[in-house]
Amino acid sequence: MAPRSRMILGRMAQAIPVVMGVVVISFLLTRALPGDPAAYFAGPAADEASIAQIREELGLDKPLFQQFIYYVSDLSRGDLGTSLTTGQSVLSDLAARLPASLELTLAALLLSCAIAIPLGVLAATRPGTWVDHLCRVLVTAGVSMPTFFTGILLIYVFYYLAGVAPSPLGRLDFIYLSPPHVTGFYLIDAALAGDWETWGGALKQLVLPATTLALFTLAPIARMTRAAMLSALSSDFIRTARAAGLTNRKVLYGYAFRNALLPVVTTLGMVFSFTLGANVLVERVFAWPGIGSYAVEALVVSDYAAVQGFVLAMALLFVALNLVIDIAYALIDPRIGLK
Amino acid sequence: MLSIKDLAVTFKTRKGEVDAVRGISLDVGKGETLGIVGESGSGKSVTSYALMRILDAGGEIRAGDVTFGGIDLRAASERDMRDIRGREVSMIFQNPRAALNPIRRVGHQIKDVLIRHAQATRQNAKQKAIAALEAVRVNDAAARYDAYPFELSGGMCQRVVIAIALACNPQLLIADEPTTGLDITTQKAVMDLVGDLAAARGMSMILITHDLGLASQYADRIVVMKDGRIVEDGTPETLFTDPQHPYTQKLVNATPRIGASIRSLLPAEIRTAEPVHKVHDRPLLDVRDLVKTYPGKSGPVHAVKGVSFQIKAGQSLGLVGESGSGKSTTSEMIVRLQDPTSGHILFDGQDIAATPAARFMRHPVRRDIQMVFQDATDSLNPRDTAASAIAEPMSRIAGLSGAKRRDRVAELAELVGLPQPLLSRFPHQLSGGQKARVGIARAIALEPKLLILDEPTAALDVSIQAIVLNLLVDLRARMGMSYLFVSHDLNVVRLLCDEVLVMKEGEIVDQGPTADVMGAPKHPYTRALIDAAPQPPRPVAA
Repeated sequence: MAPRSRMILGRMAQAIPVVMGVVVISFLLTRALPGDPAAYFAGPAADEASIAQIREELGLDKPLFQQFIYYVSDLSRGDLGTSLTTGQSVLSDLAARLPASLELTLAALLLSCAIAIPLGVLAATRPGTWVDHLCRVLVTAGVSMPTFFTGILLIYVFYYLAGVAPSPLGRLDFIYLSPPHVTGFYLIDAALAGDWETWGGALKQLVLPATTLALFTLAPIARMTRAAMLSALSSDFIRTARAAGLTNRKVLYGYAFRNALLPVVTTLGMVFSFTLGANVLVERVFAWPGIGSYAVEALVVSDYAAVQGFVLAMALLFVALNLVIDIAYALIDPRIGLK
Repeated sequence: MLSIKDLAVTFKTRKGEVDAVRGISLDVGKGETLGIVGESGSGKSVTSYALMRILDAGGEIRAGDVTFGGIDLRAASERDMRDIRGREVSMIFQNPRAALNPIRRVGHQIKDVLIRHAQATRQNAKQKAIAALEAVRVNDAAARYDAYPFELSGGMCQRVVIAIALACNPQLLIADEPTTGLDITTQKAVMDLVGDLAAARGMSMILITHDLGLASQYADRIVVMKDGRIVEDGTPETLFTDPQHPYTQKLVNATPRIGASIRSLLPAEIRTAEPVHKVHDRPLLDVRDLVKTYPGKSGPVHAVKGVSFQIKAGQSLGLVGESGSGKSTTSEMIVRLQDPTSGHILFDGQDIAATPAARFMRHPVRRDIQMVFQDATDSLNPRDTAASAIAEPMSRIAGLSGAKRRDRVAELAELVGLPQPLLSRFPHQLSGGQKARVGIARAIALEPKLLILDEPTAALDVSIQAIVLNLLVDLRARMGMSYLFVSHDLNVVRLLCDEVLVMKEGEIVDQGPTADVMGAPKHPYTRALIDAAPQPPRPVAA
């Protein structure tokens, strides 16, 4: 176990320069954005003098290098600055909105995996049959439709026509109070508080946007599972296992599936990152108070502190994600971490 | 105990149905070892998969009866078959490392089988799995129980595969090329182990192999298969001394052995006089104190520990050793794909070790040293035709182009016996022997003075090997090339080489004229290697 924990520590150490690079690049990028925040916030009627005054208040008149020093020293104290649009500190904005996005993405991925992985395994065990073809058609349809379209379609069918879904307005219907803040994930917080009514309400709100995202992510996961299972099933060791008389169940899940997991985990990581990006549209359609819509709004008005905070948060998230994937690799495959 | 009657197996492929086995009948008695010998595509493995009913998708038993101990295996339900597999009939496979689940501890893989067949309970499974490992003579079995396949050597992996197969005391063991890819001394150890265990347990065995020598040494009776049919069967002695079928005669002739000459490997009707190659006194290659050390996790790895030898102009030197002996590293340093840690490589008096491998491409001597690789398939670019593969070195190094290059490619194809129409084909459209010819034509395109042959026939069937070896002998005489022939097959080296070097753990342990080293080995390791090589009974008249 020792070399493996050393590998994990090593991977964490590798993340440090990545984060430092992200700090520099996010800073430079936001400064390079077209538009002048000072002019924007001074309003259309402002004159040169008031713009200059605002610029001075924001510290934007200082040389770039000095601004960077201020930024880094603020950052080291955990201060991400104040959003010019919401007037709140960026940190508290992110803390409120990031869990919303994560809850949505994770729920969508869980749903997607629960459908796509068995579907992929099923297709791999019966290649060329109608099960295989049906699986292909299903996932292709899912990925072919843009998420905003699927979202609107689902709202139209389940909210407007059938009336079974709640109104697509955010994370919780106004009749409920949001659960006490522990993790920021409403489902978890409500469960912790034992408030099952709120839990049900949050779940109802979550179902449609999560389904929208899940439909979109079915394809890569199902196709990769199928391909990985096919190649695992044609390996020599599967023949050994069959020749030893092991049951189909054991051969399929104990031997083939664990070997097929590696590429599936890799795909999951990639899907997770692009889902966080694809979130923006779904959040818009369902009025989901997530980080994606926050970033888009901030970008439009050159709210540089918020954009910086967003980029930094995403970068940290991806670094953490990659770390988790690497650890998952090491847990699945004993060959990793020793070579 | 096992009886197969008129078994026919077909495979559905995209090009239609292919008959892999066309009506074969054979019997295996209790305690008997039956050898099934044949070249690739003869249907020998398919026969065994069919009787285990583990044919790949698309394969189907078309006709015939398979009875094992009174049970009709063709009619048995899949459920019954699963009980039979591993408990009554077991299999071991070639390429043992791939035959084991790479991410499961070997002990657990043995345990899976024991529990499946109710030979152990969860409580005593570990203990019984360790006992199974001890039965196949794995040292320190309790520690090996927790090992993963990648932590074990190839021979050790094959022992684990055997332990899985024998864990439930089956009555019949099917060994499908069990030693392909293993070193020759490991091959002997594994085969002796399997033979001893079979004898001790009164177990029957089917030994499937392409190596007639191996089959004759370990089997009581041999059947020879060709194109899905049995062409001959008999005891090893009768097959070798008095083969009846022309195909058996051809196989027996083509098997390299003591007392054979290179031409005697070929069928009698195409034999010509063996050409004489001239060996000059002038050394072409002079290797002095060559050392290669790799940085390793637990200290430096000494792959080659200061070897010195010479190859004279026109001479063929055999370099023999097992995996890890440093023979491949040595040949790669000479062809300048790797940089030596220290030492000199004098080629025609010029020290080529001084030029770094990365810059050797532009060295004037580059064209004089060429290499033929072990795997003819993997060493050809799958997207290049045979003609462009052969033309590659000419355009890269000699700067030949246009009609001149085309003529030269045609000329080379003629020289290596590759029919002209095949030149426009891609590697996957060529047979193993044809690919080997392309590899040789590419290597001799620039008329090198030294050709390094790295196990050039290891992946070929014996009859193709015989043809390729004879081609190499002809080319040597015609072009005056020197060969460095790297091989683990002593019988082949004996036929082809003037002198031989035996390497072990990075050092040369034995060297000298081939007849001396092979006839009266001085070093115990050389003797062990020679003893381990299977020797078929000598035919009365070749």
